[in-house]
Amino acid sequence: MTWSEMQPLLSQACWDTLYMVGWSTLIAVLGGLPLGILLVLTDRGGLVHNAAVNKVIGQIVNIARSLPFIILMVALMGFTRWITGTTIGREAAIVPLATGAIPFYARLVETSVREVDGGLVEAVQAMGGSTWKVVRSVLVPESLPSLISGATTTVVALIGYSAMAGTVGAGGLGDIAVRYGYQRFETGLMWITVSILAVVISLIQFAGDLAARRLHRRGGHPGPAPRPRPLRTAAPGAGPTDAR
Amino acid sequence: MITTTGLTKVYRARGREITALDGVDLHVREGEVYGVIGRSGAGKSSLIRCVNLLERPTAGTVTVAGQDLTALAGRGRRASRELRAARSRTGMVFQHFHLLSSRTVQDNVELPLEILGHSRGKRARKARELLELVGLGERATAYPAQLSGGQKQRVGIARALAGDPKVLLSDEATSALDPKTTRSILRLLRELNRELGLTVLLITHEMDVVKAVCDSAALMENGRIVESGTVPQLLGTPDSRLARALFPVSGDPLGGEGTVVDVTFHGEAAARPVISRLSRTYNIDISILGAAMDTVGGRQVGRMRLELPGHYEENVVPIGFLREQGLGVQVQGRPARLAEEGAE
Repeated sequence: MTWSEMQPLLSQACWDTLYMVGWSTLIAVLGGLPLGILLVLTDRGGLVHNAAVNKVIGQIVNIARSLPFIILMVALMGFTRWITGTTIGREAAIVPLATGAIPFYARLVETSVREVDGGLVEAVQAMGGSTWKVVRSVLVPESLPSLISGATTTVVALIGYSAMAGTVGAGGLGDIAVRYGYQRFETGLMWITVSILAVVISLIQFAGDLAARRLHRRGGHPGPAPRPRPLRTAAPGAGPTDAR
Repeated sequence: MITTTGLTKVYRARGREITALDGVDLHVREGEVYGVIGRSGAGKSSLIRCVNLLERPTAGTVTVAGQDLTALAGRGRRASRELRAARSRTGMVFQHFHLLSSRTVQDNVELPLEILGHSRGKRARKARELLELVGLGERATAYPAQLSGGQKQRVGIARALAGDPKVLLSDEATSALDPKTTRSILRLLRELNRELGLTVLLITHEMDVVKAVCDSAALMENGRIVESGTVPQLLGTPDSRLARALFPVSGDPLGGEGTVVDVTFHGEAAARPVISRLSRTYNIDISILGAAMDTVGGRQVGRMRLELPGHYEENVVPIGFLREQGLGVQVQGRPARLAEEGAE
């Protein structure tokens, strides 16, 4: 395979990957952020302690996180068709990607928000602030550097998941590496794909770290921003390393 | 201004019950600085947090500025709208400042005003004003992490004053600060108390804080208030542990046949140079064994331990003279009551 043959394939694949990962990250953040905050708020000693809600959300998050992505994708096919009208293609892949990433990010949000000093919450309560005010002016802004680090981790994990989305004809870099590199023995193409993935992931990680550090420094903290430690890594077989 | 009656707080943890507050009756008058002192674990933190209902009391009532807050609380953990409105009229400062690190100094001061729903322009103006008041007008755009501890607490005070409160609660506001900064923060609190007519309830474990700013004080132990009153009242109370702690006198007798007398200076009479007059009138040599005195508002306040030559029986008349001057006198080695009878 010559470069002129590879080039259109690769640029389309890059675009597909970015498209899937971009949309699913957006949905994961929009869904995971409130869910993660809700997990903290409803927990014992939280501002709106509610054991039932906490248990239910916690269980859903746990189950969704324990499913391997490929299973989740198959299991969600009906749901995907209901939303996008198809189970094949980029748009169809976004549904399971986002569904898998929401609980992933929700857990990261939970750990980040838990780190916020309870005294700050109390200070706002003492001023007469409502729970909503506490969330808006304390929990989110004070954990923002950590939330951004978590989003970065989610993006990287999603790039890993998106490789498997190739199996539903979604395209993307992982798909190219498997179909051309592995199945057709185009070793050259495979290595290029892997290199592009490595570079993309490094860039995303770098950008995320930079943003988190900037925000962290603004608060005058010396040193790097704390990286959220995911309680568990991505679902087995779905890690970014497997995608390469 | 602040009244609590029968305030009780019981924590339940794993089947065990811990009584943090055990029927506390507190009365803070308008415009005074009231200090609650006690060791850690005495319940003072629970007490101040019950005053704005950050902590729900198990029993008893809290009234601030004529409003029964316990009645506003409603059921459940969430604060009712009325309670939140009442809280916004009470300022609170904290030991560890609790400033938002993601906001500038000015934005921190604006936070309570946001909660009150003021417009952007009004918030900025008020925040600037308050920062000038606490002497930090030039640091408005700094972030809290760029400030020293004393400056942070000044921001905390400015923030607490943003809602024009009548009452300021201070939860160990100076305990994280060095002595010099502590003094400057206490001076600021005193000024605010005088200029704005602010009623201040502060809790502390440092006697010096009470001595420096408080009009009244209460001693807390095991969830109860064991002693309380205005500082002169406390000084006038024989055997007051607070008075003794506020003005500690020590000093061993010189030996020989002397009478050791603890004299408490308080109230009107304390302005006169009593000791030298005593010495001249009765022509006796007086040794000062120890003293803890302060001059507050032109009056001497404090305690002094004297040794008069000779047995107690020989000193009945000079001791009577001290009592006539309006001083509290307690003869060492004799119970307070007996000593008084002896003097009459």
